[in-house]
Amino acid sequence: MIANSALAKSAPSRPARRPRRKGMPGPLVMTTLQAGLLLVLLAAWYVLVSAKIFPVFFFGNPVQVFEQIFTWFATGEIFVHLATTLIETLLAFVIGVLSGIGAGLWLGLSPLTAALFDPYIKALNAMPRVILGPIFIVWFGLGIGSKVALGVTLVFFVVFFNVFQGVREVNPVILANARMLGANRRQLLSTVYIPSALSWVFSSLHMSVGMAFVGAVVGEYLGSARGVGYLILQAEATFDVNAVFAGIIVLTAFALVLDFAVTVIEKRLIVGKPK
Amino acid sequence: MTLATHPGAHPGALRPAMPATDHGAGSAAAPPPALLFDHVTVRFGAYTAVSDAHLQVADGEFVSIVGPTGCGKSTLLNVAAGLLEPTEGDICVYGRSLAGLNRAAGYLFQADALMPWRTALRNVITGLEYAGTARAEAERLGNEWLARVGLSGHGERFPHEMSGGMRKRVALAQTLIRDPRIVLMDEPFSALDVQTRVLMENELLQLWTTYRKSVLFITHDLEEAISLSDRVIILSAGPSTHPIAEFKIDLERPRDVAEIRMTPRFVELYHLIWDAMKEEVLKAYERNQRKLAD
Repeated sequence: MIANSALAKSAPSRPARRPRRKGMPGPLVMTTLQAGLLLVLLAAWYVLVSAKIFPVFFFGNPVQVFEQIFTWFATGEIFVHLATTLIETLLAFVIGVLSGIGAGLWLGLSPLTAALFDPYIKALNAMPRVILGPIFIVWFGLGIGSKVALGVTLVFFVVFFNVFQGVREVNPVILANARMLGANRRQLLSTVYIPSALSWVFSSLHMSVGMAFVGAVVGEYLGSARGVGYLILQAEATFDVNAVFAGIIVLTAFALVLDFAVTVIEKRLIVGKPK
Repeated sequence: MTLATHPGAHPGALRPAMPATDHGAGSAAAPPPALLFDHVTVRFGAYTAVSDAHLQVADGEFVSIVGPTGCGKSTLLNVAAGLLEPTEGDICVYGRSLAGLNRAAGYLFQADALMPWRTALRNVITGLEYAGTARAEAERLGNEWLARVGLSGHGERFPHEMSGGMRKRVALAQTLIRDPRIVLMDEPFSALDVQTRVLMENELLQLWTTYRKSVLFITHDLEEAISLSDRVIILSAGPSTHPIAEFKIDLERPRDVAEIRMTPRFVELYHLIWDAMKEEVLKAYERNQRKLAD
């Protein structure tokens, strides 16, 4: 009916990549430099320890650290521990996110309840929740239950505050528009409040996964029979510094993999730029 | 309520506004207006945004409200939509006093009101979804409306992937697909560049000619108001905004928004309304000054 194809097609082009600053090396050169820095640090570690400037007893030896990592993977010894930590992290993440969304929606939509709970939420959030670890071990035992519980308390608040804020700060024009388009209360919840709050959840996914991971590892430190945290705890008990460092490196690599996974999921889930 | 007088007005061609109080109490036999503001006053605490506003929109009529920016025009529209309850007075929709949201009305907001997490098509069919229309049928209608506003093939785009003009088209389709009898528009094109704006205004006129909705259109742009409307209502500057004059626009339809602005009659109307507006705004200003002096 209306001919305006020329106008309709003139969609805004994506913002062009910013021109490289003068003197900045290209991405390939930068990656090489970054890898080089790592090698230099490892070499410095090796030299300082070999020359006995740093005592081997406290600092370990990078070669033996990597030997330890290799042995763990070669014998398959580490997999049960990695799997345990991964399961704990994922469970804490899923339960924490779901309960955080639920509580955030509920309190966000009910100002009265929010006002009633306000001081308690503030207190719970201010409390260093790692101190709950011992009580969780009493309640849930040394298995994965206590680790998941600890992770959930950490993840919950991150997600809860984001959802709460997301609901409170729903764009009033979008809300009014949905009402004018005939949305009832339930439809407002499912088509405006929840999607709007979810965009806030997605923006905190990295932090949530990190928190779940912290909960799992700290829980393992506090008492466990499996998991990468347990592995480090065992090594520490026998003064095996190399194994401690090996555990730290494995955990770091594991955290990077998790973070990358979140980035991939994020790209799939986030449709429409949250404003 | 003061009314503008136009000593230089073309006899017959331009009808000076009738005293607003005569509207509602008039003949009982006439069909009820689509929208009637019955002496509406809106206060926010101690601040009176709208004071004793009395105006109406006949069924199928295109009425524009013009006033200086920030004079409470949007407040009037929110009252008509039922999003805001008047402190005093009443809103009648087709003769019935409005309680709650105005279900007969569609509202085109000034700001972007599209859901950023929905594609253009899903934004367009949002209202149908709320009403429980079957998905396939809703999508068929949605694609029809996208084509009607010149966006066929763009249904899968998200709002942030579209230009301001395209987003307004989607919003227009989203509002009109529900087939509301009344359409409320709050400076819908004010954020667009001049060329896009003229295109959108022409499209709006074509759609209006086809579907004959009752339109209450708010703008601060007098040219836009004259080129689109059957009637232009001038508001006083806020606070305590109220209509001060109204003008019948007797330009022939169908109109081309860009071309009609060159016609002598348009220029004549423009000067008349602008004079009245200026005069009244000045009067209001002087009144305020006197009040301050007392």
